[in-house]
Amino acid sequence: MAKYLLLKHYRGAPDSVQNIPMDRWTPEEVDAHIRFMGDFAARLEASGEFVDGQALAPDGLWVRYDGEGKPPITDGPFAETKDLIAGWMVIDVDSQERAIELAGELSSAPGAGGEPIHEWLEVRPFLTAPPTVVD
Amino acid sequence: MSRPFPDDVELRRLVPAVISVLVRRGVDFAAAEDAVQEALIRALSAWGSERPSDPTAWLVTVAWRAHLDAVRSTAARRDREVRVDAEPSGGAVSDADDTLALHFLCAHPDLSPSSAVALTLRAVGGLTTRQIADAYMVPEATMAQRISRAKRTIAASTLDRPGDVGTVMRVLYLIFNEGYSGDVDLAAEAIRLTRQLARAVREPEVDGLLALMLLHHARRASRTRPDGALVPLAEQDRSMWDTDLIAEGVTILQGALARDRLGEFQAQAAIAALHADARRVEETDWLQIVEWYDELLRFAETPIVRLNRAVAIGEADGAPAGLAALAEIDASVPRHDAVAAHLHEANGDLEAAARLHAEAARRAPSLAERDHQLRQAARVNGMRRARDR
Repeated sequence: MAKYLLLKHYRGAPDSVQNIPMDRWTPEEVDAHIRFMGDFAARLEASGEFVDGQALAPDGLWVRYDGEGKPPITDGPFAETKDLIAGWMVIDVDSQERAIELAGELSSAPGAGGEPIHEWLEVRPFLTAPPTVVD
Repeated sequence: MSRPFPDDVELRRLVPAVISVLVRRGVDFAAAEDAVQEALIRALSAWGSERPSDPTAWLVTVAWRAHLDAVRSTAARRDREVRVDAEPSGGAVSDADDTLALHFLCAHPDLSPSSAVALTLRAVGGLTTRQIADAYMVPEATMAQRISRAKRTIAASTLDRPGDVGTVMRVLYLIFNEGYSGDVDLAAEAIRLTRQLARAVREPEVDGLLALMLLHHARRASRTRPDGALVPLAEQDRSMWDTDLIAEGVTILQGALARDRLGEFQAQAAIAALHADARRVEETDWLQIVEWYDELLRFAETPIVRLNRAVAIGEADGAPAGLAALAEIDASVPRHDAVAAHLHEANGDLEAAARLHAEAARRAPSLAERDHQLRQAARVNGMRRARDR
């Protein structure tokens, strides 16, 4: 089993196929999208592949150590930032193929007109600790 | 049919008295608290078949032994073993004053709000660390550390110093607002603890807080749909409101108001009572609600109160009056966009309403609220399209 982080990127990545902002959808389309997300997580819980997932607020702060005895620097959001991570999900699956399959499914969430939104997801494997038994 | 004993809630009710007895016998707070947790665990297995005649005394005796065991296991303190022979009986315990003292200690001003909340739930509420960790969705080890730090912070404090009941009330209100997750209902727990406090302190504001919690709690089932989506007050199914809780809240509030020492919580409870009193949303007495917001401003001059008052004015005197009240509030205040969107829609400006709902979604502090604002934006945009067609 291996853990993967699925990152939902808004902006930054190339435009998704269906780039209509959510507030332009109908309330029913919004509901359908939210239900899809909930069902997806519930199904992975049932299959034992769900670890955790959270939505993130859009405004992040940039923080950096600024030397002994000084408070950390906070800055941003930087003007040139084009990327936005809207949320994440951690899954624990048998193979990278399965991780890609699930990310693909998550990306097919319905949007305006009930059509899939084709949103970009970044799939990042977790680095793992060395195995206890090597041979 | 008799309920199994020990009942979890019933057991928790005994905790403050037992901690207090140990502390009076010279045990420091942290050690007393650990010993009582140990005794609770033993009670859960020992009381399955037979309830002791005096559960508090039983817990005192077992906690005292647990404490002695802990002390004895420390080699450097072996000399304290002699105390085992002089073990006092549990004896009768009056718990009202003890509970109050624990409330004050756990709401110590040196503690951060989250530490005060955790300590109150454990020492006064008798919840286990695991239950509190579940309720706040953090790992148990994290919550254990938070509680240990809190206990260290107040290690030098004693139970006999008078505390500030205002701080205790704020801690209880924080617990209440945390709502529900996992197997512990924090709102119900906050109500239970506030009832304790109200019995121990004759203070109209404590009754006001209790009334406020009961009135909000009465509407809880109608506030969300089964899938977790928020339902605004105006659209709630009022037949789902708990009329017994409303009646109790109103009675407690009237008793408090009759004592003529108005405060923030009583004024908030009065507003909640006026909402609860309307069988249909159209029957809401918005004029009186505005008056109570004016009272509330005397005690809590906060942007949130002003924001809610602007909504009430919009209902009582029309959307333009509401927008005028809103214009005096800093636009960076949380939920300003949501209120502005609501008032602009009532005023017929769908473009502004849709734009502000989308902005409110972007700035929403919770997932449920973000989704609610997105649906509102989608709904108003739909109305625009229908109008322009």
